[in-house]
Amino acid sequence: MRDVAIVAFAQSKHARSTAEVSEVELLMPVLHEALDQVELKASDIGFTCSGSSDYLAGRAFSFTMALDGVGAWPPISESHVEMDGAWALYEAWVKILTGEADTALVYSYGKSSPGDVREVLTRQLDPYYVAPLWPDPVALAALQARALIDAGHTSEPELAGVAARSRAAARDNPYAQLTSVRDGGEYVVQPLRRQDCPPVGDGAAAIVLAAGDTARRLCARPAWIRGLDHRIEAHSLGVRDLTDSPSTRLAAERAGLFDAPVDTAELHAPFTSQEVVLRRALRLGDEVTVNPSGGPLAANPMMAAGLIRLGEAAARIHRGDSDRAVAHATSGPCLQQNLVAVLEGDVK
Amino acid sequence: MTEVLSAPLVVEFPFTRSLGPVQSAFLTGLRERTVLGVRTGDDRVLVPPVEYDPVTSAELRELVEVGATGTVTTWAWNPDPGRNQPLSTPFAWVLVRLDGADTAMLHALDAAGPDAVSTGMRVRIRWAAERIGAITDIACFEPDDGTGQRDRAATAHTGEFTDPVTGIVAPARLDYVYSPGRAQTRYLAALADRKMIGERCPSCRKVYIPPRGACPTCGVATEEQVEVGPGGTITTFCIVNIKARGLDIEVPYVYAHIALDGADLALHGRIGGLPYDQVRMGMRVEPVWSEDGGFPDHYRPTGEPDADYDTYKEMV
Ligand SMILES: [Zn+2]
Repeated sequence: MRDVAIVAFAQSKHARSTAEVSEVELLMPVLHEALDQVELKASDIGFTCSGSSDYLAGRAFSFTMALDGVGAWPPISESHVEMDGAWALYEAWVKILTGEADTALVYSYGKSSPGDVREVLTRQLDPYYVAPLWPDPVALAALQARALIDAGHTSEPELAGVAARSRAAARDNPYAQLTSVRDGGEYVVQPLRRQDCPPVGDGAAAIVLAAGDTARRLCARPAWIRGLDHRIEAHSLGVRDLTDSPSTRLAAERAGLFDAPVDTAELHAPFTSQEVVLRRALRLGDEVTVNPSGGPLAANPMMAAGLIRLGEAAARIHRGDSDRAVAHATSGPCLQQNLVAVLEGDVK
Repeated sequence: MTEVLSAPLVVEFPFTRSLGPVQSAFLTGLRERTVLGVRTGDDRVLVPPVEYDPVTSAELRELVEVGATGTVTTWAWNPDPGRNQPLSTPFAWVLVRLDGADTAMLHALDAAGPDAVSTGMRVRIRWAAERIGAITDIACFEPDDGTGQRDRAATAHTGEFTDPVTGIVAPARLDYVYSPGRAQTRYLAALADRKMIGERCPSCRKVYIPPRGACPTCGVATEEQVEVGPGGTITTFCIVNIKARGLDIEVPYVYAHIALDGADLALHGRIGGLPYDQVRMGMRVEPVWSEDGGFPDHYRPTGEPDADYDTYKEMV
């Protein structure tokens, strides 16, 4: 198998609304920044893959407009997933592993500001039994939080601690949208308070992947992808044990997470209660630094927040702040789909 | 600069979906105040029922009837119901395991307040007055006062009803506020003054109209604004023979790609002012503005000699 690494990562300053720019205008500076980090031009890239969702924009094939930001002429090798960019990265990783490309540009973006993201996300649910009731993502996460509290895995004060820790960590992150909590925020859907929920916002991210010696040439300390896997739970919420995430655990096992300790975890847990589930599934002890970026509680741009977890974990390895890190991305209600990546830097 | 434009954008769609044998039986059952589940190979009862076992993916067809009472397995208090949600007053979202079932279903619970709800509480179905064969035939759950049947076992059911429901129509409406961004705002603002403004790529020097803020070839931002037209050349065209709904234009008419003078990308527009069968490639045209301004209603011939093919062949 070829060695593949994350060699560059860039993201936008996430904001509640970016009405002044179109998707491509939001994305383009981020693409340029990622390519500039490794002094590559768009035409040097072997494969380009993106993630986004038409439901956020309310328009069909909205990703084709954003392609203008890549420079798609003459024709490039390109693909798109209607998902978080973490899954686009998975596709690009496979493309490089199979020898079809030596470098890849992965990007994703989401503007939640044009619509009501809580209503929009109800449309991804089972259309026969669930979607006609319009339960929003906060409601479904709150059902999961109640189950965790009932099972004795957490408590409302402990969840408040997760929120406070995440937002405080985000003060060192210039791209974060939210860096503080208001004490005793009101319930959005009980038992989840405002502080337990992610901010709604717009943002974009880009990552450059490279294989073997190309990665070594482009980056002083590449973040090698040692394993990457994604798994899914049963569709129906009522058949799942909401206090556990067997799909995350299986993906982690297949990605090799449990073979050696990690020092850093970037978890895509949009709700405080979901960090509790993921810590258990990934067997993370207190010695592991969780979401030093602030995580999705500090900025949760739809379709980009998962890719950003991979980027933040890689950037810590690039800087020498981490030697072995785990990055996680999720999609769907109550951690329905989960992707786990294990990243390593060369021994210093 | 001009304030960025925005406008309401409503997306409405009535999704028509067909049902398989299991979903058809379940939803028809709700219409008849009967709740059906499906039995798995390891003797578990799934409610609501699915056609394939989520663990083994084995096909499931053995229908059973379960109770209309059940137990709350988890809940969440919703103080601010959305416009489409089952109740308009504050309510609890609940997962309810109906008596005789091994899995829980999602619905709403009508209760006085969060203090009146707890995990493990007994609830029963409140049926909708009018039932059509949809999950909303269950209006909601309500606390069970103890008169309902308890701990009912699942009993065999044929799943057969007269006049079964075979499909559902799921209407949805999502509201957006659309903003076109900086480049398209500048373009639309200029149109209001009957000017056509393209943007030049700093790298390849090509002028794009309508501008979208990026050069699709170079992938860099376009900033320099360039007035193009008003004259232009038809690079290619088609004859439209089918009348569009809500469009007050007589067929047949011509729709064309028009390379405005000074632009490096053709835009499209309707050609008017001459019979449809006299339109040709290379014909010189100019915009005819709509009466209240804001956009060219169509383009008409200028009467100039046709453009030489070499002058526009790059844009065909
Ligand atoms: Zn250009």
